[in-house]
Amino acid sequence: MSKSIDQIFVSAKHWLLSWLAGSPDWLIQIASSLVNIFALLAVFLTLFALMSVLERKILGRIQNRYGPNRVGPFGLFQPVADGIKMLIKEDIVPARADKSVHFLAPILIAAAAILALGVIPYGRNMTPFGIDGGILFFFAVGSTTELAVFMAGWGSNNKFSMLGAMRAIAQMFSYELPLFVTVLPIVMVVGSLSPDRIVAAQAEYTYGLVPRWFVFTPWGAAAFILFFVAGLAESNRTPFDVPEGESEIVAGHMTEYSGFKYATFFMAEYIGMFAISGLGLTLFLGGWHAPARVLEFLPSYLWFFGKLSVLLMVYVWVRGTLPRTRIDQIMNLAWKFMVPMAFTCVIAAAVWHYAGRGLRGWLWSLIVIASVYTLLSIVLDTRRKFAPRVYRFAE
Amino acid sequence: MTPTLQGFLIASAALFSIGLLAALSRRHAIFILIGIEMMLAAANLNFIAFWRFGQQHQPPVGVMIALFSIAIAAAEAAVGLAIVIAVYRHYRSTNVDEFNQLRG
Amino acid sequence: MNTGAFIAIAIVTLSAAMAAATLRKLMHAALSFALAIVGLAAFFFLVGAEFVGLALVFIYIGAVAVLIVFTILLTRRDVEKDHGFKWGGVVIAAAVFAGLTWSILKTQSTAIVAPQIRALTVKQIGQALMTTYVWPMQCVGLLLTAALIGALLLVIEEKP
Repeated sequence: MSKSIDQIFVSAKHWLLSWLAGSPDWLIQIASSLVNIFALLAVFLTLFALMSVLERKILGRIQNRYGPNRVGPFGLFQPVADGIKMLIKEDIVPARADKSVHFLAPILIAAAAILALGVIPYGRNMTPFGIDGGILFFFAVGSTTELAVFMAGWGSNNKFSMLGAMRAIAQMFSYELPLFVTVLPIVMVVGSLSPDRIVAAQAEYTYGLVPRWFVFTPWGAAAFILFFVAGLAESNRTPFDVPEGESEIVAGHMTEYSGFKYATFFMAEYIGMFAISGLGLTLFLGGWHAPARVLEFLPSYLWFFGKLSVLLMVYVWVRGTLPRTRIDQIMNLAWKFMVPMAFTCVIAAAVWHYAGRGLRGWLWSLIVIASVYTLLSIVLDTRRKFAPRVYRFAE
Repeated sequence: MTPTLQGFLIASAALFSIGLLAALSRRHAIFILIGIEMMLAAANLNFIAFWRFGQQHQPPVGVMIALFSIAIAAAEAAVGLAIVIAVYRHYRSTNVDEFNQLRG
Repeated sequence: MNTGAFIAIAIVTLSAAMAAATLRKLMHAALSFALAIVGLAAFFFLVGAEFVGLALVFIYIGAVAVLIVFTILLTRRDVEKDHGFKWGGVVIAAAVFAGLTWSILKTQSTAIVAPQIRALTVKQIGQALMTTYVWPMQCVGLLLTAALIGALLLVIEEKP
């Protein structure tokens, strides 16, 4: 029974495709891809709508106010109202803008974000496009975002847009390196770039109790934290939302966009956030596996989306808690702390592997990470930097 | 029906010629770089096509050469564009016809 | 592999490449170049060299195209000027294309269809890189580091 519920979407797709039985191969292949694409879009656009209202409500609670509560029950129809508002707004293109580039930028950025969703396993046998180099595909597609942001900044022919685009690209480049390097230990340990294999490698339980997720090893925990922070920066979320800091440069590269194009940027940002959280939980949090053997009767996709919502809530929580950082602080964090720590994770994973993947490896990799962390904090002089600030001229 | 090796080779030759056209005709340094990159990429397509249509070896030599050539193209682009910027600072121009003095 | 996909990809790639070579606006040309690279990666996917296609997109779009647009940005005072177009290049390129096509069509051994092969996995490429090609890979790493340092030294502003 639980097995058929677990596979309900897979069987539904097979049932749909059985209508085409007897057609040529390429037609079935195209139809299968289209079914996957429509399912992805339906699920994630709904999630986007839901997320946009939930985020505002949770932010409201954090900041001791109500948040949207006028449209529909508990304000749940707010995204519909927002969508209608965005659609009927005038679409303004600056007179001196590079029209085609200005037009293509939001399309490219949304396409890249949606494509990246395609390689994540959402449940047992539920990877939309199971290609062998899935992780590389994710990052290859993600890297086109930088070009799209640049196009938006250049095409708008506006100083704020260009400044915002430069900031965004500098930030994305700096954080792409730690993001990519923190994935390396997983790829090394599993020996595969395919997300399915990585999920399969986290299936068992140590001592029948603790799931064998990579986040429960010292290098995995460190890499997960680094990955999460880098993911925050990649998806331009607070505290790394300098590229679109409203109080400084209007809206960064989106300044000259209005109406539906602006909504597309907004959507791409959220979908990028879903994609990066989905990849993070696939890599470190066991993908769609249940956290305990007794809970395995629940279908796999429920676990995936449960974990995804927890991660997204952390994103909102971080946004509601932390103030915006300065651009130089962002760059320093990336290059002086995150890149060395990410490479340390690679070394710690190798140590873990050669010390036998057991308790001994656990301790040794912990020692490696702790010693490098201590060394870095001495070299970077964090004790002085994070000390209570002394105001010499004020007060 | 499937495409033959000839199809791939002709596509690659066309890409190479377009790259050559960009490198020879345009006078802007960045266009010339784009042309060179395109020629390198066309060569990659040839390597991959010969790997796919030829005898299968282990390791896959054509794929390996293509990977190395991509890495080298990246290095070439970085240095080439750095040279463009350095020269632009000096001459205030990116037109290769105006770079006609060795001394600065 | 099917011919329809091949022709579609070829048309997209070659027209994007043509646009990259001939468009007047530099930014448009750079973006067409990026599109041509995506088309080339599609060729690689078509023949089953997925890893190379992904590496191509990752490096060319994520790094080379962004570098090119940044260079355009940094030298943008000069971008608007017309730089002229030499028609001699067209003749030479056409001659090269004609010669290559003639020799390809003349060679009978190239008129073959692809044999059935087992899919090339990332694992095979990784093993080859770590065994047979380990020294070339180290050399490429050294080359990239040297290029990084060299590019930085070239563009660094001299202190007056």
